[in-house]
Amino acid sequence: MTNSRIKITASPHVRDADSTIRIMWSVVMSLVPVIAASIWFFGPSAVLVILASVAGCLITERLFGSQRNSLADGSAMITGLLLGLTLPPGFPLWMAFLGGGFGMAFGKIIYGGLGQNIFNPALVGRAFLQAAFPVAITTWPAKSEHWWSLQGDNFALPFMSPVVDTATSATPLGNLKFGDDPVVTPVLDLFLGTTGGSLGETSAILILLGGLYLAWRGHLNWHIPLSIFVSTFVVSGLFYALGISQFPPLFMLFSGGMMLGAFYMATDMVTSPLTNKGCWLFGFGIGFLVVIIRVWGGLPEGVMYAILLMNALVPFINRATQPRLFGTSAKDKKKEDKKKEAES
Amino acid sequence: MKGLLSFKHGVHPPENKDITSGMASRRFPFPDEIVLPLSQHIGTPAEALVSPGDRVERGDVVAKAAGFISSAVHATAAGTVKSIELWPHPSGAMVPSIRIDVDPNSTQMRRPRSVPRWQDVKDEDLSKEIARAGIVGLGGAAFPSHVKMNPPKDQPVELLLINGCECEPYLTSDHRTMLEHPDDVYTGIRIALKALGITRAVIGIEANKPDAIEIMRKTAPDDLDVTIQPLEVKYPQGAEKMLIKAVMGREVPSGALPSAIGAIVQNVATAANVAVAFETGQPLIERIITVTGRGIKKPGNWVIPFGTRLRDVIEHCGGFTDDAAEIVFGGPMMGLGQANLDVPILKATGGILVLSKDECKRQDIMPCIRCGKCLEACPVFLNPQLMGQLAKAERYEELADEAHLADCMLCGSCSFVCPSNIPLSQMFTAARTQMKRLATS
Repeated sequence: MTNSRIKITASPHVRDADSTIRIMWSVVMSLVPVIAASIWFFGPSAVLVILASVAGCLITERLFGSQRNSLADGSAMITGLLLGLTLPPGFPLWMAFLGGGFGMAFGKIIYGGLGQNIFNPALVGRAFLQAAFPVAITTWPAKSEHWWSLQGDNFALPFMSPVVDTATSATPLGNLKFGDDPVVTPVLDLFLGTTGGSLGETSAILILLGGLYLAWRGHLNWHIPLSIFVSTFVVSGLFYALGISQFPPLFMLFSGGMMLGAFYMATDMVTSPLTNKGCWLFGFGIGFLVVIIRVWGGLPEGVMYAILLMNALVPFINRATQPRLFGTSAKDKKKEDKKKEAES
Repeated sequence: MKGLLSFKHGVHPPENKDITSGMASRRFPFPDEIVLPLSQHIGTPAEALVSPGDRVERGDVVAKAAGFISSAVHATAAGTVKSIELWPHPSGAMVPSIRIDVDPNSTQMRRPRSVPRWQDVKDEDLSKEIARAGIVGLGGAAFPSHVKMNPPKDQPVELLLINGCECEPYLTSDHRTMLEHPDDVYTGIRIALKALGITRAVIGIEANKPDAIEIMRKTAPDDLDVTIQPLEVKYPQGAEKMLIKAVMGREVPSGALPSAIGAIVQNVATAANVAVAFETGQPLIERIITVTGRGIKKPGNWVIPFGTRLRDVIEHCGGFTDDAAEIVFGGPMMGLGQANLDVPILKATGGILVLSKDECKRQDIMPCIRCGKCLEACPVFLNPQLMGQLAKAERYEELADEAHLADCMLCGSCSFVCPSNIPLSQMFTAARTQMKRLATS
């Protein structure tokens, strides 16, 4: 006899309460203070640019996403918010919208949706914008007089050049690299966010707090930001000490997209390595590349490309950092790896 | 809890042991009918020795071991053999079983059985007596105990590890065994040490049972070389390999048995029942079973005769609550789901779990987001993320050769942590079954 109320399921019969949906939305929640700060610093322009980018992501996911109900998992929302936060405040809205759509479509959906992509979709969107609109994405208008006035030409019509009628200001990185009179912005200003820059790149402290919250909840692998910071600090410190670069290590850590990239972009679970060992390699690679690009590249900022390049290496990192099977020695594993190599 | 001995990785499911841990075990009434499957252990099914119409007394042998890796079955109540037929088994299969109509007028006194004093038995003959009593490992796997007492000659055993971890959430039967029968546990240890020809034993107990640790320490005989070792509360601490790693600091080589590094692991309840078999002559016919979960009205610890049907247990424990949703034989991490109330309780059934809807609710399966939590959970350092992909794609050869499916203990830690609710260990079980099928066809 059976009882109709009773279900048969396979073990384990209990599950951890944490879910992918909960992880995604907790990332969204942790970004709220960062978004609030960007509104505080840049006024209504911040709201508009972030909304445009989010709209681009959500609409694309809704129209072309393969999974049923895929907006509910929150991942498209994260991509939209993160992309928005990497854009300058005066960025034309149609470009932000297009960037979001491109990032979603070509950074995620064509790979098969959530969990399948190789590159961080927000950064794919930004890389596209960087390539398509190099001027707009590097135009940082000087802070306007009033909080409520727009920062530049947000409402530029599609395919028309945006008109920037206010004087432009340089970001701390741009200033130091390309400025006529290079100055190192004090770290405290960078930390608090009272400098020019993209929407979410300026307030290191809030990103740090958000990241720490996520790490505490277990929704972020802290090995990644830590290894990025360590390698950035060490590599840039070395170059600075040798007189090769003009970037002091602390300035390196707190300027540009470093904080946002290390805590929110590089830690994207889908596009980062599986093991902690892999995450250390991944983070070291990113830090190293950031310094190289910042010091010798043709761009003031290198976080985006550093992360994208390391994203591409993740499958190899995963293969090289397979865990050692319980009850086997490191020697056994080496032997087995060699055998596999010989076979393939 | 930090600083205690343990193993790497593992998970922390909610313990939920306080439902029954404070409840002393009580004797369960004899039911009207007993169903004794011939297969209650790992190995060849036993051979029935009785025929329909035969009168049996409690404790009589009704089926003998068929070969070395097999185990005898004893009548767990007096009555008349009704039939030997296929009957629903907790594994889901239909298994030849002896049905006994329990005699309502019987006093259920056990038929006396002559057993030699264990001190007088030659070391190597002790395992024969253990086999005669039908004793199997009571930790869940039901491996015939006499086989364990005969480790390969080329692998000298140094240490007897007594497993009092009870790392499965909810279950408290081993806990109660230690609290109520510590002397039996120690006698069982003496017998096992003598059978193995060694002198040293360690009892591993998770630190969430301080009262059991205290009682085992207090009652430890002075002349016995035994250590009571508190262990970190972490699942699956009670898995043989994990317990050995925690206590001895060594890993059992992949594919080998614990005896390969000189250890034999025995569950506390098994040890206690070996003692009972020698001291009173009672073969393995009953044990302490935890009936628990928020889906049953009256949870408790009971001494239940094997062969009692699930229906009788549920009825006696007050029945289901309104939100009962799942029945599990064993613990929530590795136990087997049941829906047929006719299935009998087996030797290895340490717990009957009735979970309420809230306790076992599951969310929708989402795509894998490669978070790596399963790798951090796996106690034997496998890559469940990769294994899941290979199993899904039915790439069995790679699953076996490169992903080491054979090393998976099916402990369920990966499924437990997966935020996308991917049923990883279920996929691995299915893959193993499918591979066996392919190999034989």
